[in-house]
Amino acid sequence: MGRSLKKGPFVDEKLYGKVMKHSQSGSREPIKTWARRCTIIPEFVGFTFMVHNGRMFHRVLVTEDMVGHKLGEFSPTRTYKGHASKK
Amino acid sequence: MPRIAGVDVPNDKNIWIALTYIQGVGKHISRAILKEAKVEENTKAKELTEDEISRIAQVIDRDYMVEGQYRRQLSQNIARLRDIACYRGLRHRRGLPVRGQSTRTNARTRKGPRKTVASKKGVKEKR
Repeated sequence: MGRSLKKGPFVDEKLYGKVMKHSQSGSREPIKTWARRCTIIPEFVGFTFMVHNGRMFHRVLVTEDMVGHKLGEFSPTRTYKGHASKK
Repeated sequence: MPRIAGVDVPNDKNIWIALTYIQGVGKHISRAILKEAKVEENTKAKELTEDEISRIAQVIDRDYMVEGQYRRQLSQNIARLRDIACYRGLRHRRGLPVRGQSTRTNARTRKGPRKTVASKKGVKEKR
């Protein structure tokens, strides 16, 4: 089920602040974050995030298409490469 | 048999149901169309007047995406998910259920026919 419009999208405050700081200083450094639940808003486009998946950080370059998704959607938490195939 | 929105020729069902034979039109949208076009839902499709048919076609043309256009939009949406490599896109790529369903058993619609793997140690072959 979708989120109530009244509340607006959920954006992690701390991460948002960091992005703002980066865009002011023009820094393109990847931003390390654990905030997988944070919605990607238009301001994030063009930044690189390192999104934690519980073990490591996945590099995610945010493009326009990704707006509206959550950061966590781009950092898979499970590893399954399929069953071993028979020789 | 009336012809509405391109190739569709629904039959002697109520028009409300007949419209759902168009891809991209379900029961809900069908009702909305008929309300907008001011056509009685429960008339048989074959009993529609020319005028009513053209009104329906007009509403569909103007407000709804059906058939080819609808299919294109749908596959575009999926292609977008695939391209950005988000979780849903990955599930589409693997041909697994996208909306968090269980895959331990079932999920055959997405996975296709069972691929039985013979068990080790010569145990009698299981399903």
